[in-house]
Amino acid sequence: MWKTVLRRLLTMIPQIILLSIIVFVVAQNMPGDPFTGMIDPNVDPAQIEALREAAGWNDPVPVQYVRWVGNVLQGDFGRSYAQQVPVTTLIGGRAANSLRLGIVSTFFTYLIALPFGMFAGRFNNSWFDKFVMIYNYISYAIPTFVLALLMVFIFGYRLGWFPTFGSKNVTMTAGTAEYYWDMFYRLLLPGFTGGILGTASTTQTLRSEVIDAKTQDYVRTARSKGVPEGKIYAKHIFRNALLPIASSFGFIFSSLLSGSVFIEQIFAFNGMGDLFITSINGRDYSVVITLTLLYGILAIIGSLISDIALSLADPRIRID
Amino acid sequence: MSFLELKDLKVHFPIRGGIFNTIQDWVYAVDGVDMIIEEGKTYGLVGESGSGKTTIGKAIIGLEGVTGGQVTYNGVDVTNKARSRRSEYADYNKDIQMIFQDSTSSLNPKKRIKDIIAEPMRNYFNYTNDQEKNEVIRLLEIVGLNEEAIYRYPHEFSGGQRQRLGVARAVASSPKLIIADEPTSALDLSVQAQVLNFMRRIQEEYGLSYLFISHDLSVVKYMADDIAIMHRGRFVERGSKEKIFNNPQHIYTRRLLSAIPQIDPLNREQHKAERRAVEKEYQEQQIHYYSEKGRVYDLQTFDDQHWVALNPNDKIKQSEGGN
Amino acid sequence: MATEENLLEINNLEVGFRFGDEYHNAVDDVSITLKKNEILAIVGESGSGKSTLATAIIGLHDPLNTKVKGEILYKGLDLTKLNEKLYNRIRGNDIGMIFQDPLGSLNPVMTVGKQIEESLIYHTDLKENARQEEVLKLLDQVGIVNPQRTAKQYPHELSGGMRQRVVIAIALANKPPIIIADEPTTALDVTIQAQILDLMNDIQDETNSGIILITHDLGVVAETADRVAVMYAGQIVEEAPVDILFTDPKHPYTRSLLNSIPQELEGEEVAELHVIQGTVPSLQALPRTGDRFKNRIPWMPDEVFDEDPQLAEIAPGHKVRGNSWKHFYFEGEEEK
Repeated sequence: MWKTVLRRLLTMIPQIILLSIIVFVVAQNMPGDPFTGMIDPNVDPAQIEALREAAGWNDPVPVQYVRWVGNVLQGDFGRSYAQQVPVTTLIGGRAANSLRLGIVSTFFTYLIALPFGMFAGRFNNSWFDKFVMIYNYISYAIPTFVLALLMVFIFGYRLGWFPTFGSKNVTMTAGTAEYYWDMFYRLLLPGFTGGILGTASTTQTLRSEVIDAKTQDYVRTARSKGVPEGKIYAKHIFRNALLPIASSFGFIFSSLLSGSVFIEQIFAFNGMGDLFITSINGRDYSVVITLTLLYGILAIIGSLISDIALSLADPRIRID
Repeated sequence: MSFLELKDLKVHFPIRGGIFNTIQDWVYAVDGVDMIIEEGKTYGLVGESGSGKTTIGKAIIGLEGVTGGQVTYNGVDVTNKARSRRSEYADYNKDIQMIFQDSTSSLNPKKRIKDIIAEPMRNYFNYTNDQEKNEVIRLLEIVGLNEEAIYRYPHEFSGGQRQRLGVARAVASSPKLIIADEPTSALDLSVQAQVLNFMRRIQEEYGLSYLFISHDLSVVKYMADDIAIMHRGRFVERGSKEKIFNNPQHIYTRRLLSAIPQIDPLNREQHKAERRAVEKEYQEQQIHYYSEKGRVYDLQTFDDQHWVALNPNDKIKQSEGGN
Repeated sequence: MATEENLLEINNLEVGFRFGDEYHNAVDDVSITLKKNEILAIVGESGSGKSTLATAIIGLHDPLNTKVKGEILYKGLDLTKLNEKLYNRIRGNDIGMIFQDPLGSLNPVMTVGKQIEESLIYHTDLKENARQEEVLKLLDQVGIVNPQRTAKQYPHELSGGMRQRVVIAIALANKPPIIIADEPTTALDVTIQAQILDLMNDIQDETNSGIILITHDLGVVAETADRVAVMYAGQIVEEAPVDILFTDPKHPYTRSLLNSIPQELEGEEVAELHVIQGTVPSLQALPRTGDRFKNRIPWMPDEVFDEDPQLAEIAPGHKVRGNSWKHFYFEGEEEK
C-alpha cells in the first residue's frame, strides 16, 4: 500500500504545479485589483501606479509567479490586502471553524443517511421507503438558504433552543469547559442543517446498493445455510452495500474544509466558504490563490483517501 | 490453398506496478503459435479458460494487439492491420469475420435486422437497395429465419435466433474465414444443434473456413477437421481430428479427452478408472512434458498431420509415444 | 441404492409465478421421490422449470410473487407449510445447496473460512474454536490442499475449482441428508468438472446422502446419476434409471434431445444434428391442456396425443408422460 501512496504523492507534484500556474494566471487576469474601490478615486493615478509598482504587480507574469512560488516554499503565502494579516493566519482561523462545522455536518449526514438508506433498501416499496423517497426529493430540491433560514426561524427564533448567531461567545473566557461546550452547542444547528443537505445522495446510493445486493447469489447462498434474515442483512447485504460509501469518504474529507457560503452567512459563522466569496469579490489575490490551491490539494488527497478506504473495505481491491 | 498464416504469433499483456507504474512482468496470453488456414476447412481451437484460445481469435481480427510474430493474408503481412482503413488491407478486413458467444451485445439494439445484416454489405459492396434487400433475405433464409424478420429488432428474437443472426451478419461480407468464439456455449442442446447445422450448411454453400474456438470437445469434434489443443498460450498438440481423438500423445491432451463426460452410463466405472489413471499419470509425468519454466515445448512432427509438443531432448519418451 | 428409504417425497407440486394478477406455473404436477444414497438427476433445457423446482424444495422462492401448491414431505413434515423460522432450521442443516456460479455464490468481502463457519453457527452448539477446527476438516474433506491458508483467503483469491470446493464445503457443513446441486459444474472447465463430480460421488459414498443434481448436461448425467427425471415445460415427461434412459428412452422429447447431441460416429459421413422444431413456449403462452410437446413434433397426427397426459409407469422404475411415445417416430422416418 505504501508504494501506491508514495506513487500517488509523487504524481501530485506535477498536478499541483500545473494547478498553481492555472490559478495564478487566472487570478492575474481577474478584472480589477484590491485597490479598486478601496482607494479614493481622487488620488493621483500616478500614486496608485507607484503602489502597484512597489507591490511588484507590473512585473511580467512569469517573474511574479516565480517570486510567489519562492515565497510559498518558505511558508509565506503573502498577506491579505483586504485585511492586512498574513494569509495563513486568516485562513487558519477560518479553517478551524469550517472543519468543526464540516465534521458535525458529516456526522449528521451519516446519522440520517445510513439508517434511511439501509431500511429503505431492505423494505423497498414499503411506506417507510416512500417516506424516505419524499424526504430525499425535498432535501435535494430545497435551496440551502431556504432550509437554513427555516432552521433559524424554527429552532432558533420560535423555539429558542439554539443560538442562531456566531461560532463562539466572545464574552466567555477562552479555554474553560463552559466556553468549549458553548462552541459545540453553537455547531449543532448549522451542522444539522448542513447534514440534512448532504443526506440525499448517500441515502439514495445506499438504498440502491442494498436493493442490488439483495438479489446477489451470495445472499441466496447465505439463505440456503439457514442464516436468519436479520443476520443476512447485517453480515452480507449491508457489508457489501457500504463499499461505495467507503469510497466516497475521501470526497467528504476534501469537502470538510470548503464550507458552505449560505450556512456560514446565515448563521454568521466565520468559515472558509464565506472567506472565499469575500476574497473573490475583494480581488484579494493572495487569499484566492491560496484557497484554490488548498482545495486542489485536498481534492487530490481526498481521492487518495477514497482509494485507500475502498482497499481496506474491499479485499478484492488491493493497492500495493 | 492456404490464405491465412500465423507465424510465431505472440500476444503479451504487461503487468504494471511499482512506484512509477512500470511494467513488472508479462502475461504470455499467446506465446508463439503457428497456424495455417486453408480454404473450406474447419479448425478447432480447444483449451480451458485462460489458455489463450480466445486471444488468438481476437488478435487475428484486431481486437488485441500482436506483440510478436506475423499474420499474413495471401502472402501480405497484415500484422496489427485488421482495423486499418487503408485499401491494401480492405480484403483482409472483409474476408475475416468473427462471431461471439453472446451475439446480443454485438447486435445494435436500436437497428432493425435489415440494417444490421446489410451493414457489412454497405461497407464492402455497392448493392442497389433491391439487391441489398434480396441478399439480406437470402442470408436470413440460410440461417432459417423468414423474410418478416428484416423489420424487427434484435430483442424480439430468442438466444438461438440471435446467434443465427450473428452468423448471418458475419456471412454478409462473403468472408473466407469466420472466427467463431464459443458460438453455442450459451445455448440449449436442441438450439445448439440448429446453429451448428446452419454453420455447416453455410460452409458448404460459401466454401468458407471456420476457426472454431471452444472448450467443448464434443462440439469441436463434430465441427472441425483439424484441431489444436492449447495450454498456457501455446499449442500442446495439433493435428487432424482423427489423430487427436484416436491417438493423443501429449499428457495434457489425454487428460482433457479423458475428462469429457461420456454418454455411456453402462461403462462409466471404466471411464472413471481410466480418467483417474490419466490424472495420476498427469500428476506424475507432467514435468516431462513442460520445460523447467513450465513452458510448453515447440511442436515436433510426430506423424503425418500430427504435431506434438514433446521435449526435444527426450528421445525415449518420443519413441515410446510413437508406439 | 443401498436402501429404498425415501428421503424426500414430492407430491403434485406446483410452483406459480405471478404476472400481474395471474399466476403461471413454472413447475406443474411434479411428483418424485429422492432416496437415500442416490443421485437423482433432473434434466431439462432453459425454461423447463428444473431450477424453480430446486428453489422451491429449499424454500428460497420469493414468497410475494410465488405460489406453491402440493407437498414436499421430509421426515413426515410438509416443507411447503413451514414458516421462515422453521425452514431456516431445515436449510443448511437437512438440505444443503450447491450453486452454479461459485464466484457469485460467495460473499466477496468475507473470508471463505467465515462463510463455511456461518453454516455451523446456526445449526450446532459448537464453540468458536471447535467451529474453526470443523471448517478446516471440511476444507480438507473437499480436497483443499492447505486448509489453514485457504480458510483465511477471500473468494477472488481462489481458482474456479477451489471456489466450487468451498461452496460444496458450505453445503456439507452440517452433513445434511439431502444435497441439491444446481448446475454445479456448468461454469467449470472439463478437467475441473471431472474432479468436482468425483468429489460429489465420494462425498455421497461417505455420507449416504441423497443428491438432487439439476443440470442441462446429458454427459454429466450419464457419468454420475443413478436415476434421471427429464423435465419439459414444467413437467416431468420421463423418469428412469440412468442406463434405461440412455439406452431405451421413450418420450419424444427425451429421444429428440438425445438425438441433438453432437456425436460423430467413426467413419460415418457427418449427418445433420437433430433439431427440435419451434421453441419452448413462454410461461404465459404455455398450453395448460393437452400434450405440451405436441407443437414441437407437428408431423405427428393429432390422435396420438392424450387430452391430459399423465406420468405412468411402463416398466419398474420407468415412467413416461402420456401415450404419444407409443406412436412416435422422427420426421422422415417410417411410421411405426
